Amino acid sequence: MNASDILFYLISAFVLGTAVLAVTANKIFRSAIWLLFSLVGVAALYFWMQVEFVAAVQIIVYVGGVVVLIIFSIFLTQQSGSKMPKPPLKRTLFFILAVLLGFAFSYKIIAEYGFASAGPVKPFVVPVSAIGEQMLDTKQHGFVLPFEVVSMLLLAAMIGCIVIAMRSVPKGKTIQKHTATVGGFGTSNNLTDVPAASTTPDEVSIMEEKAT
Amino acid sequence: MNYSSYITLIPLLPLAGFIILGLFGKSLTRSAGILGTFLLLVSTVLAFYTAYNYFFVSGKINGIYPPVTALHYTWLSFSPGLSIDMGVLVDPASVMMLVVVTFISLMVHLFSLGYMKGEDRFATYYAFLGLFTFSMLGLVLSTNLLQIYIFWELVGVSSFLLIGFYYDRPAAVAAAKKAFIVTRFADLGFLIGILILAYYGGTLDFNMLIYRLTATNLSPLTQTPQIGFMGISLLTWALVLVFIGGAGKSAMFPLHIWLPDAMEGPTPVSALIHAATMVVAGVYLVARLYPVYLLDEAVLQIITWVGALSALLAAIIACTQTDIKRVLAYSTISQIGYMLFALGLSGYGDTATGYSASLFHLFTHAFFKSLLFLGAGAVIHFVHTNEIREMGGLRKLMPLTHITFLIACLAIAGIPPFAGFFSKEEILLAAWENNRFGYILGLVTSGLTAYYMFRLYFRIFWNRTPSYSNHHGEGSWTMKGPLLVLAAAAITVGFIPFPHFVAVNGQEEITVPLRFSIAPVAVAIAGITIAYVLYFKNNPLPRKWALAFRGMYKLVRHKFYFDELYLFITKKIVFNGIAKPAAWIDRHLVDGFMNGAGWATTRLSESIKALQSGSVQNYMLYVFGSIIALAAVFIYWT
Amino acid sequence: MSSIPLTHILFVSTALFFIGVYGLFTRRNLITMLMAIELMLNSVNINFVAFNKYLYPHTLNGVFFSLFIITVAAAEAAVAIAIIINLYRNHRSIDVEDAQEMKY
Repeated sequence: MNASDILFYLISAFVLGTAVLAVTANKIFRSAIWLLFSLVGVAALYFWMQVEFVAAVQIIVYVGGVVVLIIFSIFLTQQSGSKMPKPPLKRTLFFILAVLLGFAFSYKIIAEYGFASAGPVKPFVVPVSAIGEQMLDTKQHGFVLPFEVVSMLLLAAMIGCIVIAMRSVPKGKTIQKHTATVGGFGTSNNLTDVPAASTTPDEVSIMEEKAT
Repeated sequence: MNYSSYITLIPLLPLAGFIILGLFGKSLTRSAGILGTFLLLVSTVLAFYTAYNYFFVSGKINGIYPPVTALHYTWLSFSPGLSIDMGVLVDPASVMMLVVVTFISLMVHLFSLGYMKGEDRFATYYAFLGLFTFSMLGLVLSTNLLQIYIFWELVGVSSFLLIGFYYDRPAAVAAAKKAFIVTRFADLGFLIGILILAYYGGTLDFNMLIYRLTATNLSPLTQTPQIGFMGISLLTWALVLVFIGGAGKSAMFPLHIWLPDAMEGPTPVSALIHAATMVVAGVYLVARLYPVYLLDEAVLQIITWVGALSALLAAIIACTQTDIKRVLAYSTISQIGYMLFALGLSGYGDTATGYSASLFHLFTHAFFKSLLFLGAGAVIHFVHTNEIREMGGLRKLMPLTHITFLIACLAIAGIPPFAGFFSKEEILLAAWENNRFGYILGLVTSGLTAYYMFRLYFRIFWNRTPSYSNHHGEGSWTMKGPLLVLAAAAITVGFIPFPHFVAVNGQEEITVPLRFSIAPVAVAIAGITIAYVLYFKNNPLPRKWALAFRGMYKLVRHKFYFDELYLFITKKIVFNGIAKPAAWIDRHLVDGFMNGAGWATTRLSESIKALQSGSVQNYMLYVFGSIIALAAVFIYWT
Repeated sequence: MSSIPLTHILFVSTALFFIGVYGLFTRRNLITMLMAIELMLNSVNINFVAFNKYLYPHTLNGVFFSLFIITVAAAEAAVAIAIIINLYRNHRSIDVEDAQEMKY
């Protein structure tokens, strides 16, 4: 057992521990922070697996985007300090049992499949330029089509968020009030812009990496 | 000569009247009638102009008046050969019918201005009249079988509407339904006949059909009789079926039961539809397909016998009826029977006298029969009853009606020089030449006709005079005018050299030898004499005679129990034997199955609706549970 | 070069996934449910990358999958938050128990 192995087990313990805290914490804001740690831990796991690019994206998108977004929405919708009602004990017990059973079942399948117990056969190096080239490749193994589809998806999501979160004005109300409400809820519009803004650097970085 | 510029206006103007009056009639009230009458006046003028152009300006080509397709428009094309077209056909028969229909319709429109005055649904009445006139003119001008069928049904609908005009009277509603159902039943035969003709003739167009069936022997209808059905060739089937349609519309035995009941409608309507125009549609239809009918003598013989039988039976029944309009209705059946009798006579020889005699009789009959109906309408308007036993001595109270009614009676009885004489002579001559037995039947019918018409005449205008309450005048000039015009027509139209204009193969005049006329006229005078003896004065003779022939009188008075027979067949046999089991199956098996399925569905959804809890976590539980279950199935089961 | 077998990484990701499932079912707050979903997505990403590294080192498909999943997850989170905000505006609450109109 060398240092790398120990590192792996440490990271794993960190990820799982913070994840458990994230789903069990009483206060919602704390829950979000535990989630943040867990996601950072996953990024560390990627670093450990030597896929630095995915790790970077994980940090930028999840830590910098999604979690920030979640925290914003927490601030918008309730008092962050208040305790959340605990789920009934019966329910908790039932789902702990169910989850453990499901986990056992899944792991039994993994164990039965019999993956090679040793480490990776070949060193796995992921040059960022290779990712960039393949991402925009139009040939057989290129990913340009999913790339375009995802860009469309992001656009649709952005517009959709604005439309959903925009307050619909009931008929009969005056225009003045309408503009006031929109202005008053400007934060929500800003909020919905966040994921788009946070994913854009992701794409830009891919482009930059490709250029190098 | 180009007719297309104005001939379509003739049917379209009444249609315009129908639409305008139907939509805005309520606000027009009195002027609705005037508008309808005016539109029809224009149509009539155009129709006369068409006739003038056709007969005198265009003239004959190769000795016959050529049929002209004035307008042709392909509507639905099924295959290169077979399409449903809309068009206007101008030939002698259609031009003749055009004149008759517009003229009689105009007279009826005028008469109704007075007769229907003060009715609640005055505008509606005129709208219906417009619809009827449009349909009838469309029928007359049709170029093909399907077009004629469409207008045929339209005529049936407008007849239904007009018979049931007084829809608050149960009798009128029942009569309208009866007329519609009986003619519809006959039209089924017509439709099947059309389909057979169209399928084997390969076309629906009259001229094309006639050409294919007669000029060439290519058609499977005439070529291979073995593809018939039940041992009878397809052509015969088709023609008989088409004739059944015509017989239904023309109220021929045994489908005549609707016409007497149809008298529940307003009297001018009876004059227009059930005397002069619609009921002769059957005759017109047979005349249209006459060259085809000539191919099959058997069918023509059937037509002859149906016509002769209807003529005789209806005349006998007419002798005993006491409702003025019913007498006229049976008289109409009798006269139309006469026309078909004449048409069918060609089945016994190769002369075509019958054709033009039949259409001539149709022509003259239209005038004097509508005159009779309008006269009867004037009488009913005056005495407020249809029952002739409550009438009498009206000659002084209604002098003009009296005179015109007398003229019409003389015309229908066949007394020279009135119109009916000439056409009847030609029919009887054709019968004499082709079928002696038929001639005798025709002669007897003619005598009976004279008898029952003058029975009616004497009973109404002479005899004893009951006291009439609420005296008012004979009617306005809108009612008297048409009577006068029609009386003039009833006197004069007989002098038209009809066979010169309407004949099958451009055959020239029919000359009736003078001595041939002796027998019919003598028979007619005998009939009039008997009527005079019995009914000129109020005497006990009719009662005595009725008692003397008690059994027969009762049989005839009840119209040979035809209505009862039909009721027995429909109520006892059809209702009990077919309708009731069908209703039972529908109610218990079909409905039961459907109700059971509905009940099962309801119960099932009631029992599982709790699954739709609305809680998203429950749904997720279903999803994850299912995934696990599916994974287990796929991994361990296979 | 480490000697961690693939099954250990799969153990971690499976555990992460079921922690997410647990959170998804026990939490009643919509935002925390969303967090649980993010955890589940991450466990899937770990799987992709691990399989790519251990079983198919000569290709990059697993990496691409995880990249696309991250992108889609971001969009999904944004839409979910928008829906939550709208729900909050209508119900003054983001408790799933309060949003049960869509039932029989």
